[in-house]
Amino acid sequence: MELKSHEPTGPIEDRWKEHKAHSKLVAPHNRRKYQVIVVGSGLAGGAAAATLGELGYNVKCFCYQDSPRRAHSIAAQGGINAAKNYQNDGDSVYRLFYDTVKGGDFRSRESNVYRLAELSLNIIDQAVAQGVPFAREYGGLLANRSFGGAQVSRTFYARGQTGQQLLLGAYSALERQIDAGTVKMFPRHEMLELIVHEGKARGIVTRNLVNGKIDVHVADVVLLCTGGYGNVFYLSTNAMGSNCTAVWRAHRKGAAFANPCYTQIHPTCIPRSGEYQSKLTLMSESLRNDGRVWVPRNPEDCDKDPAKIPEEDRYYYLEERYPAFGNLVPRDVASRNAMYVCEDEGLGIGPKIPGEPRRGVYLDFKSAIDRLGEDLIMERYGNLFEMYERITGDDPRKTPMRIYPATHYTMGGLWVDYNLMSTIDGLFVGGEANFSDHGANRLGASALMQGLADGYFVLPFTVGNYLGTIRKTEPLEESDPVCQEALKSVQARVEKLMNAPDPTHAPEYFHRKLGNIIWKYCGMSRDAEGLKKALEEIRPLREEFHEKVKVLPQKGETFNQALERAGRVADFFELGELMCIDALERDESCGGHFRTEHTIDGEAKRDDEHFQHVAAWEWTGDPSNPALHKEELTFEYVKPTMRSYK
Amino acid sequence: MKTKNLTLHVWRQDGPDAKGAFETYTAENVNEHMSFLEMLDDLNEKLIIEGKEPIAFDHDCREGICGSCNIVVNGYAHGPQERTTVCQLHMRHVFALGWSEIWLEPWRAAAFPVIKDLVVDRGALDRIIQSGGYISIRTGSARDANETPIPKPISDRAFDAATCIGCGACVAACPNASASLFTAAKVSHLGMLPQGQTERFDRVRKMVAQMDAEGFGSCTNHGECEKACPKGISIDFIAQMNRDFVKAMVTSKHDVEAPNDAE
Ligand SMILES: Cc1cc2nc3c(=O)[nH]c(=O)nc-3n(C[C@H](O)[C@H](O)[C@H](O)COP(=O)(O)OP(=O)(O)OC[C@H]3O[C@@H](n4cnc5c(N)ncnc54)[C@H](O)[C@@H]3O)c2cc1C
Ligand code: SF4
Ligand code: FES
Repeated sequence: MELKSHEPTGPIEDRWKEHKAHSKLVAPHNRRKYQVIVVGSGLAGGAAAATLGELGYNVKCFCYQDSPRRAHSIAAQGGINAAKNYQNDGDSVYRLFYDTVKGGDFRSRESNVYRLAELSLNIIDQAVAQGVPFAREYGGLLANRSFGGAQVSRTFYARGQTGQQLLLGAYSALERQIDAGTVKMFPRHEMLELIVHEGKARGIVTRNLVNGKIDVHVADVVLLCTGGYGNVFYLSTNAMGSNCTAVWRAHRKGAAFANPCYTQIHPTCIPRSGEYQSKLTLMSESLRNDGRVWVPRNPEDCDKDPAKIPEEDRYYYLEERYPAFGNLVPRDVASRNAMYVCEDEGLGIGPKIPGEPRRGVYLDFKSAIDRLGEDLIMERYGNLFEMYERITGDDPRKTPMRIYPATHYTMGGLWVDYNLMSTIDGLFVGGEANFSDHGANRLGASALMQGLADGYFVLPFTVGNYLGTIRKTEPLEESDPVCQEALKSVQARVEKLMNAPDPTHAPEYFHRKLGNIIWKYCGMSRDAEGLKKALEEIRPLREEFHEKVKVLPQKGETFNQALERAGRVADFFELGELMCIDALERDESCGGHFRTEHTIDGEAKRDDEHFQHVAAWEWTGDPSNPALHKEELTFEYVKPTMRSYK
Repeated sequence: MKTKNLTLHVWRQDGPDAKGAFETYTAENVNEHMSFLEMLDDLNEKLIIEGKEPIAFDHDCREGICGSCNIVVNGYAHGPQERTTVCQLHMRHVFALGWSEIWLEPWRAAAFPVIKDLVVDRGALDRIIQSGGYISIRTGSARDANETPIPKPISDRAFDAATCIGCGACVAACPNASASLFTAAKVSHLGMLPQGQTERFDRVRKMVAQMDAEGFGSCTNHGECEKACPKGISIDFIAQMNRDFVKAMVTSKHDVEAPNDAE
């Protein structure tokens, strides 16, 4: 396997322009002759399908929800970055590029990141033209805020519903194309296999979730925009159905998986309240602007009413440990410290779940309310307080919020070149599903930007270039042996899940166990010993899963949500193992990947000499023995430096 | 921490043409901090272990934003808590009402055929959007976003309409099973913005026609939709849609509309 990034050369600001100027095009009257498959209808997939349809290609778009409008992009709250410099505060494409490379801890590809920063400008124009109601100032111009410690205000937002509004924009464009007949939508369809013919991606196998029918769809090119794999942790801020199946199946057919161990843990989520917890809810990071984080100094105070704990017995650990940044330290630092105080120091607060340390810290608004008044605080965070109260039953004005970190985003994903094409010809990957732009750590408000840049502006162009280059593909019939084989393999997998030899537990039982292992050993901090343990635990558990998973008695040929979940969990088991293998192999700390063996002053210590590369794993047939390939990274513009927040 | 046993009467139906019926289950040790759907998860896990068919229900984000979840709880679409989707409903609210018996039903409307148990087909809502719920702008052809300032009050009001999550609770709550609130939310969102003016009257005409074609009932001002709507979409938007619709009908389809006919 060769990893050719196909990056253009020359001055970075001209690369995308030059690349476009020298690429192949498909003439308008020829486009409808090409069948394009887009899996996913989130920001990346929805935007790509709509734009490709508009260009005249024949598009089929798939999603597992009942409507494309429900993709999990809908849940993004905070905002979307763009280097518009509307605030005249010194922002520029270069600065956004610089911040993103640095924020990614020098583990991303400069050319891709520069293009992302460049396209950020077009995204905002496009969204506004579609009717996305971004926040505005009284003069009627667009408003911005600073996000995640950025020194400029470049984040566009739509109340706490930026993802929803952007997705509804892409969805409306998609629906328009569905009406025009260029896009055919397949909701409640799950992709379960990729079809590769003579080295090229030529179609997919799907299961119709309503009637259980398994079908082949052939195409000239396949785009996967299926989101992140955070649900490998079982509990995350992802949607219940978010899964890795599409990318994992492509991986097993030859697409390299890059940097699977790079995951992002968000510091401010509502903690679990019990064993039955099904997902975690994010509370916007902006809360840390006014909230103070603390835990009791004495373990015996941990179950006391916080109001009864005197000031001198409160441990404002972020303020004490990081006097310069205090409560506003970056996401990973805030998350790790919460873990230390709860799991190592035993100072966590909140309900006690049997067999676990208390996992929760206070986020206290009392001093902000005393200083600024309740009205102002409510104006800033009223909707978040309401959401918190709905879930926990507590009013944050009266008692401090409880928060704890949760898995939020996965920077790893299928390896792609500059054209967003994977190591399988004709298989393109966009949005959170690829590994491309965020390195080892993603900046706040940059995922929406990347999803839309990929979907509206990169993929429609690079897919055209690919089709223009290959010109004609051999017609592939559904009856072709490769298609039939893929179909049969899916049927066999379904059968196997439905007929485990000793069916005893529902799929969630295993998913929870897997999640616990990954969270414990491959979560916020990792070390070689723990990762080896994780691998030892995952392997027998995977076997037990296939031995004992119970999805009966519903038949496969019907609406069967337990079967859907079982299939997803099966793939999470294999991906979970790869994550741990990758985390073990990457014997350095960088961004969200924190190896306790490699620290300097308690912070992540990179090893550029040995690890300034993308780790791309090739499937070998044995989930425990993947083959590693490396794409070396070079930094011509932004010179690697060490992060420090002390 | 309070826990309780609850009796659940759940609508079970195998498919669109099958006959459905309520079946009764006990949800044991329901914890007050659980969400309503977590209670169902727990019950389903037990049903699976016992070899019984789990209850099918739609859900995804569990954050009240994707619009997937849809259950009528004791007669209330999305349950008894105002402005709350059923995925965000927590058991302490149910306990506070003193309910120990709960009836769970699917959205009921001719335009929403039952797929299984509590799961219905809401494709009709997508088709209403397809008929005109967009602004026709080609990717890449937009001009600079700040070229057209939009007064904040207009933008804010458009936003109020744009927050619709497409869940269909308004339809489920309406005695006529009308989709007017849903349709009005989109018509108003786009119709208020300068970008949406060109297609404003054509849009309302097409969307209302599609709504009728899907078999939704008509609006007779019951106001149940607004009460059930988890996003608090105001019924005033229906009046706004009706005004636009009347205007659209007086100018015939073939007339060229004055582009400045905006309010
Ligand atoms: C709670 C939360 C808040 C966030 N806030 C922000 C923020 O403020 N700013 C920011 O920039 N980013 C934010 N993010 C990150 C960002 O929202 C996501 O990374 C981004 O929206 C992902 O978009 P996507 O198009 O790649 O995938 P998604 O929107 O997840 O779409 C995935 C699509 O793939 C489909 N799919 C998946 N698997 C299959 C399959 N096997 N078969 C068929 N279809 C399949 C799904 O149906 C769906 O249509 C947030 C994320 C979360 C979870
Ligand atoms: S108007 Fe309200 S109830 Fe109706 S679909 Fe939209 S959010 Fe749901
Ligand atoms: S599950 Fe998404 S709104 Fe309820």
